[in-house]
Amino acid sequence: MTLLRVENVTKRFGNLTAIENVSLTIEPGELRAIIGPNGAGKTTFFNLISGLFPPSSGTVRLDDKDVTGLSPEERVRRGMARTFQITEIFPELSVIENLRVAVEMAEGHSLSAWLSPASKRAVNQRLDQLLTTGNLTGKTDVRVGALSHGDQRAAEIMMALALKPRLLLLDEPTAGMGDQETYNVAQLVRRLHRREGLTIMLIEHDMRVVFNLADRIMVLGEGRVLAEGTPQEIAANEDVQRAYLGEVAK
Amino acid sequence: MNPRARALDALVIVALVTFPFWLAAVGGYTELATRVVVMGLAAMSLNFLLGYTGVLSFGHAAYFGLGGYGTAMAIKFFGFGSVPAMLFGVLIATVAAMAIGALIVRRRGVYFAMVTIAFGQVFYFIAFRWNVVTGGDDGLTGWSRQPIDLGFYKLDIAGNDKAFYYFALVVFAICVAGMARLIHSPLGRSLVAIRENERRVRFLGLNVESRIWLSFVISCFFVSVAGGLYALLNNFIDPRALRFDLSGNFVIMAVMGGMRSFWGPLLGAAIFVALQDFVSSHTENWMFMIGLVFVLVVRFFPRGLLGVLTRGSSA
Repeated sequence: MTLLRVENVTKRFGNLTAIENVSLTIEPGELRAIIGPNGAGKTTFFNLISGLFPPSSGTVRLDDKDVTGLSPEERVRRGMARTFQITEIFPELSVIENLRVAVEMAEGHSLSAWLSPASKRAVNQRLDQLLTTGNLTGKTDVRVGALSHGDQRAAEIMMALALKPRLLLLDEPTAGMGDQETYNVAQLVRRLHRREGLTIMLIEHDMRVVFNLADRIMVLGEGRVLAEGTPQEIAANEDVQRAYLGEVAK
Repeated sequence: MNPRARALDALVIVALVTFPFWLAAVGGYTELATRVVVMGLAAMSLNFLLGYTGVLSFGHAAYFGLGGYGTAMAIKFFGFGSVPAMLFGVLIATVAAMAIGALIVRRRGVYFAMVTIAFGQVFYFIAFRWNVVTGGDDGLTGWSRQPIDLGFYKLDIAGNDKAFYYFALVVFAICVAGMARLIHSPLGRSLVAIRENERRVRFLGLNVESRIWLSFVISCFFVSVAGGLYALLNNFIDPRALRFDLSGNFVIMAVMGGMRSFWGPLLGAAIFVALQDFVSSHTENWMFMIGLVFVLVVRFFPRGLLGVLTRGSSA
């Protein structure tokens, strides 16, 4: 069954049409990249899917159920998790505290004033798993705000992963990173996709990352779908080349 | 928990348990010690919302005063004992906080603070105007705290200053232990998370509004306990216990002592109450001195007096 089905969504901000009539479907297990020049509406599109604001028209369906009018928190409960272009973490808290909050919420403990020893063990076990997956084991007690860019991103992705999402949205996971960090984050995304079978949608500027990871690519330009297809098809597409060359020429 | 925090806990406990004795040695008196404990509880309750959820209320005196009026009225009109009367006051205040909280949780930052003032003043004017029931501007007199009969022992909180101090301290200890328990629980961590990054919390699947409501209600519950003690301490309550300048004083206590530290607001309250007592015996303009001290503290200890003990001060 199709996991995510976006149908003809449009988003207007006053006179500006940020997203115009965009549709897409994501199948379980897929890794989809969204690319496009700056201002193409990629992040707006993510915000519509994750519920930060509603579309002006069109529908978003998760598991064939209409979620268009639902709040972000309700979508999270239905299996959607996301990260942001500018990392959204708890900068003053340590790595382990960041993840603990996420795990406790995911496990439904967030209203408890007390945890049974069994629940505590389960939480700690999950924390260990996440720390290992995110390569953060050596940094558990470091303030997240003091970590490198790449580790902050890894922590944010692990917080999203703590929710056991069925669809993970990553908005420019390698933004502002050097080569080594970009490589590490790309490896992390690949592991989540290949080993854990997670369905992932990501916005990405680094073409090496995109063409290495993605099963399919969607190209946005000025709020519209310019092209969609496998990495090979996209690489050969003339419209896409023009859009990107156009941006360089500016 | 780190050893430094544990040492501070021990220091505070010893200081409070022996308070009436050493305070007398430095020129104070028992009632002053009780006032520190009562105002300390109020400031720490406010700080549950301010320091641990990141939401500023300028209207906590309303719930403090409601707790106080409820206690006073239950004794005066219904002949309740001291403890049941306090429970009655706390119930009234908590129900009010639930209702008003639901109306205001969608506001943020300064807008939230403004509506808390507005709703707080509503109670002030009711107390001020409704003479028959509240005694109006003159306050509610003609009642006094009652000794507590434990069955096997009669605790004379009415006639013995020190007995009342220890009664207040026990109530304080129960409330503070409750708050500490909450802060170090999954619930408390979710509140701190809201303080740190509301958007992230929302995208972890939590309804932020209902959580802030809960924190507001918990905070008002504890502040109303302090209000009940305050009424019992004075054998009197008047509309100033509901007024927004008292709310402001709670904020000053919390900020001065350090709103990111658990005991900070208690220290802030101690300084506030001591200064008020000492300076007001020399001049009517005691608020000027408190203002001066507040400015100096904020200038030289931006995290509050105990803020230096909290983590990440170098960052």
